[in-house]
Amino acid sequence: MSRHPTGGIVRGGGPGTVALRVVLFAVLGVFCLYYLVPLFVMISTSVKSLEEIRNGTFLSWPRAITFDAWDKAWSGACVGVRCDGLQPYVWNSVMMAVPAVFLSTTLGALNGYALTKWRFRGADIIFALILFGAFIPFQVILLPMARTLGVMGLAGTVPGLILVHTVYGLAFTTLFFRNFFIGVSDGIVQAAKVDGAGFFGIFFRIVLPMSLPAIVVTVIWQFTQIWNDFLFGVSFTVGDSNPVTVALNNVVNTSTGVKEYNVDMAAAIIAGLPTLFVYVVAGAYFVRGLSAGAIKG
Amino acid sequence: MTSIGQRIERRLPLIVVSPLFALSLFFVYGFIAWTIYISFTKSGVMPVYTLNGLAQYDRLWATPRWYVALRNLFIFSGLFISISMAIGILLAILLDQRVRAEGVIRTIYLYPMALSFIVTGTVWKWILNPGLGIERLMRQAGFEGFTFDWLVNSDYAIYTVVIAAVWQSSGYAMALFLAGLRSVDDEILKAAAIDGAGPLRVYTRIVLPSLHPVFLSTIIILAHLAIKSFDLVIALTGGGPGYATDMPATFMYAFAFQRSELGVAAASAVMMLMTVSAIIVPYLYSELRGARK
Amino acid sequence: MFHGNRILPLVAVAGLALGGAARAEPTVEVLHWWTSGGEAKAVGELKNSFEAAGGTWIDSPIAGGGGDAAMTALRARVVAGNPPTAVQLKGPGIQEWAEQGALNDVQDVATAEDWDAVLPPALAAIMKYNGNYVAAPVNIHRVDWIWANPEVLAKAGIEAMPTTWDEFNAAADKLMAAGITPLAHGGQPWQDATIFEDVVLGVGGADFFRKALVELDNDALTSDTMVAAFDQLRKMRGYVDPNFSGRDWNLATGMVMRGEAAFQIMGDWAKGEFLAAGKVPGKDFICAPTPGQGFVLNSDSFTFFKVKGDDNIKGQKLLASLIMSPEFQKTFNLAKGSIPARTDVALDAFDDCAKLSHADLLKAIEADTLVPSMAHEMAVSRSVRGEFLDLVTEFFNSDMSSQDAVQQLADAVKRAM
Repeated sequence: MSRHPTGGIVRGGGPGTVALRVVLFAVLGVFCLYYLVPLFVMISTSVKSLEEIRNGTFLSWPRAITFDAWDKAWSGACVGVRCDGLQPYVWNSVMMAVPAVFLSTTLGALNGYALTKWRFRGADIIFALILFGAFIPFQVILLPMARTLGVMGLAGTVPGLILVHTVYGLAFTTLFFRNFFIGVSDGIVQAAKVDGAGFFGIFFRIVLPMSLPAIVVTVIWQFTQIWNDFLFGVSFTVGDSNPVTVALNNVVNTSTGVKEYNVDMAAAIIAGLPTLFVYVVAGAYFVRGLSAGAIKG
Repeated sequence: MTSIGQRIERRLPLIVVSPLFALSLFFVYGFIAWTIYISFTKSGVMPVYTLNGLAQYDRLWATPRWYVALRNLFIFSGLFISISMAIGILLAILLDQRVRAEGVIRTIYLYPMALSFIVTGTVWKWILNPGLGIERLMRQAGFEGFTFDWLVNSDYAIYTVVIAAVWQSSGYAMALFLAGLRSVDDEILKAAAIDGAGPLRVYTRIVLPSLHPVFLSTIIILAHLAIKSFDLVIALTGGGPGYATDMPATFMYAFAFQRSELGVAAASAVMMLMTVSAIIVPYLYSELRGARK
Repeated sequence: MFHGNRILPLVAVAGLALGGAARAEPTVEVLHWWTSGGEAKAVGELKNSFEAAGGTWIDSPIAGGGGDAAMTALRARVVAGNPPTAVQLKGPGIQEWAEQGALNDVQDVATAEDWDAVLPPALAAIMKYNGNYVAAPVNIHRVDWIWANPEVLAKAGIEAMPTTWDEFNAAADKLMAAGITPLAHGGQPWQDATIFEDVVLGVGGADFFRKALVELDNDALTSDTMVAAFDQLRKMRGYVDPNFSGRDWNLATGMVMRGEAAFQIMGDWAKGEFLAAGKVPGKDFICAPTPGQGFVLNSDSFTFFKVKGDDNIKGQKLLASLIMSPEFQKTFNLAKGSIPARTDVALDAFDDCAKLSHADLLKAIEADTLVPSMAHEMAVSRSVRGEFLDLVTEFFNSDMSSQDAVQQLADAVKRAM
């Protein structure tokens, strides 16, 4: 399931192979640069003083490192008449993202499991119809969704936002789990059925423990999507319950006044840290999870 | 156990799936139906429900900006999907050569996917801006004649959107292909090596063709990103210069929310949905036929 | 259609629980996009006065795109039946929402304080729906300003600010010859349109401006005067630096400040940038009206949405009264760089540019040359404005001929009407 033992094709000794490996690392290195330059610019700008940013190029190495901008972005930058920085909004995002990721992942797992291991008539059609929901442009559903939330009494609340993210996350989570479970042998489930285990019994005791790779992939995907969402956050929350992306936008997209690029960059990194953290920590499981079947078409 | 309990137990999968399916029906198809209906009305600032024929579609197809948006969608999607796939395959194959620092390199390739364009848009704007970024850097380094002004050039600005989008998503494509490579049966590779096939032949003739399902999944995920690309355009170019980098998603947003033209926006949304269906439905068809085998 | 289960703001619920409905405290939730600098400070002033008067202020700032993001949120919230109490909304947008029955009026406050007597009639008309005030203006911005760096002008041998577009072109050519960028400009549709409408005013005069950009008269739109306006705009395109695309207006102002460019055509919010950098009007920078005798009016206002509950209604009335109080009009506009919407506020504490603006405003009212800004959503509906912006920005960024531009503009406007 993890890395297969031989790995790769280019192997063995000889000068030709050495040259090949040099080229290999050169190409990999060039691409590392391509991916890293924006991050470098963000970090170096965030630790420069405003003075230095104005006078130098933004690609230059910082001369004197200062964390004032980080401090300001975290707890002092003004969003409207409130000057508490991003701090309170990060908490809003956590309160919104954690339940939404949990719900959509759990429901996606149940869906995928029921659609593959308990195949009933119409399961494929149902799957196809659910999957199509992944492709609906979110701008389209903004107004009907707003009306629905209003009727349900959830307008402008965090539970409302959690509902939205859960509903529109379902398509992708179902896809991920269904593709994973298709790769899981039916034999185990059949055996458990013979032993008299029920739908939920098999799910919790057998299927769920073995689907860790799929859970990792789904959680990473969902967390990234939900944490980074701006459109739903700005439309369905009010003032103090805004998620961090909306607050970031308020800090960065100033309409007038001096642009504090270092604070903007620090704020941007702070807003992106949780997702970065998830990718770095869970990154290794990510590829493993994908190769474990979550992408099998 | 009572027979009622057994009957419930037997129906349980359906009982679990049905409410979730109902949610989808309502929140996806119900809202699509609503949008289609609105596209046939005179809706402006707010939705109205009196039918008005095809007027909004006439209006849409008489707006030059819509053609620009459509053209951009095709240019952008085509380039974005093919370049991301090419880079993804290349990097996956290279990374699969038992590279020692694989974990670090893989994380570097993958991290852009973690950041939204609200976060990275400003940086890309700087890097691509001729007065601030690469062009200035190259000129300072002594290449006086160096020009890279795509961002501010109406004819080329859409390609800068491609550059930034590829930056964000090609690492993800790499991860998908790498995962695919890792699940290729080793015996096949060994057999090929014994037959004396060179590395290039092994990849082009044996490994890549066996990754057929990965190609499909990747295309679907990339297509989904391309069609929904919105933050990217807003953060990078704001649709400009002029409206040279407008896309259907930004077009729809502008008409619905900036201009109070809900009807036109709905009509453009219907057009987008039709495009999406044209891509997705054949995929789902082949997907499900494959599963039934 | 705006019923459904409205969720009362939490604070209001708490207020009801503690004090009972009879002693409801005035409460407002204010949706705005003044999130930074002088503007945020100005809103802060309003909040402080509101709280000093015993009210509760809930702040809903949404920045970005000159209010586009805020308008998206507004629509979602009105559709959800959960509108904010007051929204930073202006121009014909007020009428559009009023026609949907989405607004409350504050006519009793306006009557008691006699707003009609202190507001320019053209502005008062925009604030009213069916003769009742549904919005309160906080300021007047002038759009037809040209800002200049006197040092740079002197270097190129330019002695006086241009008073006709021909003079402007002559000055710009001199600057070009001296190797200085004549015009600092940011290539965003609304900035392109700002220059465009100032050019139209200068080329055609106030009456023509009104016919073409307000009444959308087809003959005016396709006239030779309009072609001449586009010709002038084409000239201006040659006076900007190559990297103008997508630039924010305040960065363009910075170019003038640092002497990298000589002129900027921008509303008087640009003054705030100069003042914030410690520049002195008349010495470090010059403000002058753009060529053409007139006054292009832009005004920000707060519009009152249909909310229920004593606390909210009280809040709306208190806010309306505060906004129109002379003290607030003074402190707010000192912070924001505009001039009071009330014409009877003494301007002693204001700078020379503001005094000039005020004097010209009174003259323009007298001579009937006060025109509402098209670029800044004061003149036409958002859909028509959108077509103007598309066309003007497309013209500015391509080599379209003026004849074609005029024809396409007339077609586009017809489509949107």
